[in-house]
Amino acid sequence: MIIARILGTVVSTQKDERLQGKKLLIVRPINVDGSDTTGYVVAVDTVGAGFHERVLVVAGSSARLAQGMKDVPVDAAIVGVIDTVDVT
Amino acid sequence: MQLARVIGTVVATVKNDSLHGRKLLVVQTVDRNLEPNGKPMVAVDAVGAGIGELVFWCRGKEASFPFKREDTPTDCTIVGIVDSEQHVTR
Repeated sequence: MIIARILGTVVSTQKDERLQGKKLLIVRPINVDGSDTTGYVVAVDTVGAGFHERVLVVAGSSARLAQGMKDVPVDAAIVGVIDTVDVT
Repeated sequence: MQLARVIGTVVATVKNDSLHGRKLLVVQTVDRNLEPNGKPMVAVDAVGAGIGELVFWCRGKEASFPFKREDTPTDCTIVGIVDSEQHVTR
């Protein structure tokens, strides 16, 4: 899993029917110290995350294993809102 | 699978129901000389690893196999603890 920060939202009306009702967010991977990296990922939100929050993003086929995501055509899902990261 | 060093912890109160009760650790991949190599990742712990320990981890869908298989959304899981650095022959 990677740590990412939520940058924005995506609105899509015409989409696969299994994506109906799913919230799409744009997230940017960040380093463990909180600094930004480059690039972005569009991820489906499963936890109700909000703008600028640090979140856990699971990528690949494992994203479909999150509760409520069975057989949904996604390769990135937000599975947690991060409270703290402690790195020694 | 790759070797990594556990370097930290992550706390997330709000998370997907299928991740409840799972311990999240920050792991730093190491190269064959056990030097840090690449970016740290967040991994789910399947074996009870602690900070500073040398572990091996697997990525991809297989990372969910140590848990209830079709039910744990992880792409990065610690699946073993290396006994000691002396046990890594290189």
